[in-house]
Amino acid sequence: MQRIGVFVCHCGSNIAATVDVNKVVEVIKAEPGVVHAEDYQYMCSEAGQEKIAGAIKEHGLTGIVVCSCSPRMHEGTFRKCAEKAGINPYMVEIANIREQCSWIHKDIEEATKKAVILARAAVAKVNLNTPLKPGESRVTKRALVIGGGIAGIQTALDIADAGYEVDIVEKTPSIGGRMSQLDKTFPTLDCSACILTPKMVDASAHEKINIYTYSEVEKVSGFVGDFTVDIRKKARYVDMTKCTGCGVCQEKCPSKKGLSEFNRGLNKRSAIYTPFAQAIPNVPVIDTDQCIKMKTGKCGLCEKVCQAGAIDYTQKDEIISEKYGAIVVATGFDIIKLDQYDEYAYSQSKDVITSLELERIMNAAGPTKGHLERLSDGKSPKNIVFIQCVGSRCSDNRGKSYCSKICCMYTAKHAMLIRDKYPDVNVTVFYIDVRTPGKNFDEFYRRAVEEYGVNYIKGQVGKVAPQPDGQLMVHGVDLIDNKQIKMEADMVVLAAAIEPESSVRKLATMLTASIDTNNFLTEAHPKLRPVESPTAGVFLSGVSQGPKDIPETVAQAGAAAIKVVGLLAKDKLLTNPCTAHSDELLCNGCSTCANVCPYGAISYEDKQVNDHGIRETRRVAVVNTALCQGCGACTVACPSGAMDLQGFSNRQIIAEVDAICR
Amino acid sequence: MQELINRIKELLADKTVERVLGWKAGDLSYNPEPAYFKTEDELENFVYDGFCGANLSKYMIEAAKLEGKTLVCLKPCDTYSFNQLIKEHRVDREKTYIIGVGCKGKLDIEKIKAQGIRGITSVSGAEIDGDAETLEFETVYGKKSCSYNDVMLERCYVCKGKEHVVYDEIIGESKDTSEGADRFSEVSRIENMSPEEKFAFFQKELSKCIRCNACRNVCPACSCRKCVFDSNKFDSAQKANTDSFEEKMFHIIRAFHVAGRCTDCGECSRVCPQGIPLHLFNRKFIKDINEFYGEYQAGEDTESRAPLTNFTFDDCEPGIVGERG
Repeated sequence: MQRIGVFVCHCGSNIAATVDVNKVVEVIKAEPGVVHAEDYQYMCSEAGQEKIAGAIKEHGLTGIVVCSCSPRMHEGTFRKCAEKAGINPYMVEIANIREQCSWIHKDIEEATKKAVILARAAVAKVNLNTPLKPGESRVTKRALVIGGGIAGIQTALDIADAGYEVDIVEKTPSIGGRMSQLDKTFPTLDCSACILTPKMVDASAHEKINIYTYSEVEKVSGFVGDFTVDIRKKARYVDMTKCTGCGVCQEKCPSKKGLSEFNRGLNKRSAIYTPFAQAIPNVPVIDTDQCIKMKTGKCGLCEKVCQAGAIDYTQKDEIISEKYGAIVVATGFDIIKLDQYDEYAYSQSKDVITSLELERIMNAAGPTKGHLERLSDGKSPKNIVFIQCVGSRCSDNRGKSYCSKICCMYTAKHAMLIRDKYPDVNVTVFYIDVRTPGKNFDEFYRRAVEEYGVNYIKGQVGKVAPQPDGQLMVHGVDLIDNKQIKMEADMVVLAAAIEPESSVRKLATMLTASIDTNNFLTEAHPKLRPVESPTAGVFLSGVSQGPKDIPETVAQAGAAAIKVVGLLAKDKLLTNPCTAHSDELLCNGCSTCANVCPYGAISYEDKQVNDHGIRETRRVAVVNTALCQGCGACTVACPSGAMDLQGFSNRQIIAEVDAICR
Repeated sequence: MQELINRIKELLADKTVERVLGWKAGDLSYNPEPAYFKTEDELENFVYDGFCGANLSKYMIEAAKLEGKTLVCLKPCDTYSFNQLIKEHRVDREKTYIIGVGCKGKLDIEKIKAQGIRGITSVSGAEIDGDAETLEFETVYGKKSCSYNDVMLERCYVCKGKEHVVYDEIIGESKDTSEGADRFSEVSRIENMSPEEKFAFFQKELSKCIRCNACRNVCPACSCRKCVFDSNKFDSAQKANTDSFEEKMFHIIRAFHVAGRCTDCGECSRVCPQGIPLHLFNRKFIKDINEFYGEYQAGEDTESRAPLTNFTFDDCEPGIVGERG
């Protein structure tokens, strides 16, 4: 029989205001096994921990229950405290009476009743706990960064500068990401490419950085310190070791019907292409949907003109399997599809464009060579209307509930740049609020209004109606003057909401990293662990975690890098002792557990067993505890109950359920 | 039947197989029993007719441990169970010689009795050879008869078809007896009940249970070396008979344990002495699996991954499963 101590925390008023802690102490004393119970204002404080340590010694406790906050917060604290006082850290159970009780209830009587039930369940479990000892696992001193935008590049550079090997996996033919598509950056208006390309070059030249472009993560197995990742290197049909990047193939390619992804589909590109001039690597890829040779077997012009003999139509996708100690997700964003926003006539008029398309139009390397013109007729616009929050801060189901955070600033940038270059163009911005919380941000916006005379109207646009003459009639509302507005525009620019890159959902599943309802990756703690995923060894960088601008992205990228470096600097990690094990006498050998194990930790052996006198060879499951992560999938899948999890055994869980239902 | 017996004799004589798993005549004319045959003499009692509903595949788990090959007679639907057992590494295909026996639908004695035919002393028309559509009974109350098609087991009206999915040779013709019936119609009817009605329905059916364990013992999917309900390792062991409510847990837990592995062979309902339609639990799972993950028939092959123990990126979200109830 265990000798159990129960410690009920007030958490200031967090718990004590809703749960009658004295009552919990009083009732729990009567539970079987409980020899001591007390309450205290802050159990996690030094004084609180001393109380626990003192009680362990004084009452000869063999197990303890702390009724407090979520085990995610202080389980570690109390385990260490118990260990110091001489009992096994796995003899500690937490009854979460804060997040799962006091914070979600208002009625004291009800909350107290529930707190007692939760404490009772924890006591029932401790009664069956056994001391456990963690093992050790090795750390592969190599990191994987998924995504080669500014977030991924910066993270990789920082990790590599600390002396560790880094691989970047980028799904497009070049690194650079969204930032490479931007013309100028706020609030300093420096050229995006001018500040990004040196970093791209640094990354590609760094001896510790290895870049896989046109590649995607195919499969992830393993766990913190020891991930195995399969990377699919898609066939480029160009030999990277031979290509000199001369560009002749692209010039000669007769198929010029493909839409340039880099220019948001605003112009055409050849079937063999590099996305943009400064692409890294400067090695083209062949778009098989457009290539005449691939489609009909005839042509082969690129092969003929290539002096280096780099064209290889027979190239196949290649799977590379590599081991990593840590993985950083830096998959970035795209803008939302606008098919739910027909009132803005995006699909009806070529002159209604997104801000990202405007970036390309404004850029010297863009479809109009940097000249501001209407895509419908090539004329210079005289009146431009910007519409903010298209799909952001949306209360219905069409868009996103969140603020995309960057639109206010880039719209001010666009307005300012247009007014600067084309002073005769009238620029109007419809906004809900102008949000400028950043260093020199508000000053930037004020300059757009005060120095550049941009017309800001607080209010939303209800409709953009294309007129027979090609003009756009904008129907809006001015909330300050409280009047309806109708104005003609030659061009309308939509600040479309941003959303995580669509591939992140699949990736998150592979990594068992959690994502929120908007597909943003979830942090381990929204305030205190913002660059870590709840999945150990997986870190977050850039917009995949939430909307942010370039300076924030770079700062977070560095933070993620230092977390990775902190992990890779260790030679060994302590492993969770809560692993599965199989009772060979109960095992049917059916392989169900091996089928569901996400870590490949279960194998089967033909083993001689002695089942109460029956000696026979049986096919039985064997768990590799170094690989097992204690997820418990096997224990619930096993029909005969042969699989069980240390620290969360079937008996312990049933005892908890029984205690709750009592 | 004679062709089958002759072939079995050959295979025994040339030592291809050590023993034969088939059916022997029972005490009554309508209840043949599963049995082993080792010699030509023993085969005198061999029988295969419309009453041989018993699925012999589960017996092969133990037979696999015996020396030499065992010949087993499997009907088309039984072969699904056998395949499923291969997939779970419970039987040894190498030590099995499968004669796929023809099947024209198996008979349900309860349905015959329900037609007022009692005190049966002998039956004709149940033989596997020939196309008799009428069953003739000698009973202590005189001669009686009924139509073969009216008194088949429920599973035969939703027959999986006449194809054997695993066999060494096939003897006899098979007939698909399903006639296009929807095997999920009863499940749909229950799904549409209110929670109170559902509870009342299962309360009524399961209160008949006497925990004889016949359903579990006959079930080819319930093949654990040690059932969780028999093991003293679990607190759940005797939980299922502590009170009338928990007793129902036995059937619900059993349905969960065989979910995704049940081939819908219908043996559970066939053997239940209390006439509980136990197959409905399993069929509810099968229906859900089909709807959530696409059509799946356990035992159709030995290689594919079952939807409940597999993960694909096309799997529906757990929330959808939750909403559907």
